[in-house]
Amino acid sequence: MYGDCYPDMETYLFYILAAVAVIGTILAITEKHPVHAIVYLVSSFFSLATIFFLLAAPLIAMFEVIIYAGAVMVLFMFVIMMLDLGRTDEAGRPVLKQWLLPILLGGIILASIGVIAAGYASAPSAPGAITVRDFALTLFRKYGVAVEIISMQLLFAVVGALYLGRRRTP
Amino acid sequence: MIVPLAHVLVLAAILFGLGLVCTLVWRSNVIMLLIGIEIMLNAAMLVFVGGSNHWGAADGQVFALVIMAMTSAEVSLALALVVYLHRRKNTVDVDEFRELRD
Repeated sequence: MYGDCYPDMETYLFYILAAVAVIGTILAITEKHPVHAIVYLVSSFFSLATIFFLLAAPLIAMFEVIIYAGAVMVLFMFVIMMLDLGRTDEAGRPVLKQWLLPILLGGIILASIGVIAAGYASAPSAPGAITVRDFALTLFRKYGVAVEIISMQLLFAVVGALYLGRRRTP
Repeated sequence: MIVPLAHVLVLAAILFGLGLVCTLVWRSNVIMLLIGIEIMLNAAMLVFVGGSNHWGAADGQVFALVIMAMTSAEVSLALALVVYLHRRKNTVDVDEFRELRD
């Protein structure tokens, strides 16, 4: 599409958005106030949605914004407000000792993947962009059963959430 | 493909590692723990979409959509559990929930 006239612009945009996503996530997981963490995470998800758009998946980018940054994060926000967890004075951030071991574990995983990716010669990419038509045909023709199963699963989740959320009378 | 597949995979690995660290670190707040799971699922979606773009097949995008639907079901159930546990012990600290029954 636009890539033909500006071959480099989308590539730069990818790296900038990747940096925004990583920094937003780091700020979200180190923030001690849960509401601020959610807002940082929403910004991270927006940049991730733009990355999805750059990777030729406009539908997934739209659903990312609508479902993730919209519905799921607002649900988190509702629960934080409802349980009154937003007070900073009693929200304790984990101490430094608790950070060391998880960072070590995450660092090992990152280093191993980095070593693999450095020596990885990828297969030549297939030409031809994925259109929304291809996506819809694959979704409803090839994976039609998955759509049915997912709808059943969402129904079960609604029933389970209703069961867990009801008020018990002693 | 605007960038090499390896760069997409590295970005997804960084996001996954951050989500893992968040899940392991935040035992004092179960909401932040769930946020860590969200970050990890997003990294998995990024891998699927990147692979779908690389090989020119729409299957990866379908998987990303299925992950998203699965996540919304998981989040609704998990947050209902958080509300239930908070009603019971008036805290969201994971260390407080040690017993199977009260």
